[in-house]
Amino acid sequence: MYNTMEELLRLAEESSSPLWRVVLQNEYRLTGLDEGAIFRRLDERYRVMQKAAEHALNERLSTAGGLIEGIASRQIQHVAGGDTLCGGFINQVMARALSCSEVNAAMGKICAAPTAGACGILPAVLISVGERYHLERRGILEGLLTASGIGAIITQNATVSGAEGGCQAECGVAAAMAAAAAVQMAGGGNETALHAVCFALMNCMGLVCDPVAGLVQVPCAQRNASQAVNAILSADLALGGMKSVIPADEVVEAMYRVGKLLPMQLRETALGGIAATPAAKAIARNIFEA
Amino acid sequence: MNISVFEVTGPVMVGPSSSHTAGAARLARVARGITASPFSHVSFGLHGSFAKTYKGHGTDCALVAGALGLREDDERLAYALAIAEERGMTYDFYETELDGMHENSVKITFMLSDGGKSVVIGSSTGGAQIVIRQIDGFDVEFTAQSPTLLIRQQDQKGIISEVTKALADNDLNIGIMRVSRRAKGDDAFCLIETDNAISREVVEQIRAIPRVVMVRAIQIDSGER
Repeated sequence: MYNTMEELLRLAEESSSPLWRVVLQNEYRLTGLDEGAIFRRLDERYRVMQKAAEHALNERLSTAGGLIEGIASRQIQHVAGGDTLCGGFINQVMARALSCSEVNAAMGKICAAPTAGACGILPAVLISVGERYHLERRGILEGLLTASGIGAIITQNATVSGAEGGCQAECGVAAAMAAAAAVQMAGGGNETALHAVCFALMNCMGLVCDPVAGLVQVPCAQRNASQAVNAILSADLALGGMKSVIPADEVVEAMYRVGKLLPMQLRETALGGIAATPAAKAIARNIFEA
Repeated sequence: MNISVFEVTGPVMVGPSSSHTAGAARLARVARGITASPFSHVSFGLHGSFAKTYKGHGTDCALVAGALGLREDDERLAYALAIAEERGMTYDFYETELDGMHENSVKITFMLSDGGKSVVIGSSTGGAQIVIRQIDGFDVEFTAQSPTLLIRQQDQKGIISEVTKALADNDLNIGIMRVSRRAKGDDAFCLIETDNAISREVVEQIRAIPRVVMVRAIQIDSGER
């Protein structure tokens, strides 16, 4: 049994298994389902993710207030143009994350991961890394299981609520989950995956939740794109051999404490940060007082 | 680890916010199950972040959808206000302060068709997870992820043992059990989470126990978490 990253890692190492195998065993105990049923359920969720990551690439969706309409299709056109600074791969990751955010804002169907506001990060990383390494569906779902297991530990020991911990708890945790999956999908080891979790959380520590007009659009969509990239670069830092000098559980604890220190205005209330700028206030007035 | 991966990656839901849309819909749907009586009007008292941002996240649509019994992955959620009008259910929203409650909390008052009212206070705790904190003035704490029995009884000796006997007779294992009361001698409230589905027979058997005032079985997800 495990309650921390360290315990999860120890169980995996003791049985010479990947992290997802230990997470799967815990899931047998919790749900009473067998391996086939658990993977079928993961597959259902992954299908919802795929649709959401694809939908707005081809179609401009109508959203409340219209703050992010068409962002995903424009980003994928930028890739097609061929001249990008980050390269086609990273731009595609961003476009997929943006598509999920656009679908979500349009009151379409998404899979929360770990929340709806952060629903683009894990799909963008799983789909893109899976494609990159030509993984079968099973390999991608194992990545999803690793990510979800990491997310469960953070949910239990900290928070994934923006209202409680800011954006770091939503998009940041999604990035940490996706980073662990990316390492595993790229063939990295268990310890490497946890280093990537640390980097992802360190890279966005203190990120506030400041939705313009209270809508899950700006800067949420931008942060889905940037945190998806954070996941990929954190995975690469770890795969390159960088080791976190702070253990993963302590990084999670630090994130939780930072969340507690954030004033109410910076925790999803739309009273601080980008949401409190004159332009954001004007947008809010236009939407709600029209 | 007692949190399932499907609580983290999931639910599959209609956007835009797991706490302010899906969690809100789920809260209202559970509250509707707790009330379990016909009602014509619902009043939503919004606290904290719910009060500040409910319009932008579609929290109003979601709460009304839940009160109508719609699930959080039902794409009709976006049209809940129109559906409420069709079905003749009226509603109102107001801002309120709920002392010591989570940022995303709501006080849901159902105006019952028989003239009475039923009040449920709950919080959306992130990732579409919820916790019910108060029912008709009784402090409770449950997430509705497991089948849950709510029993209101006179505050006297021996009733709980009859309730637990009814559960044992029906081969139901108790996961969590809590008893609370507003004041000594007033009605008491007993909340039991079970490992398996609660049958109609168990509910009837408990209802037949003398001095049991009310029994409800809350099982909103039937299999899917």
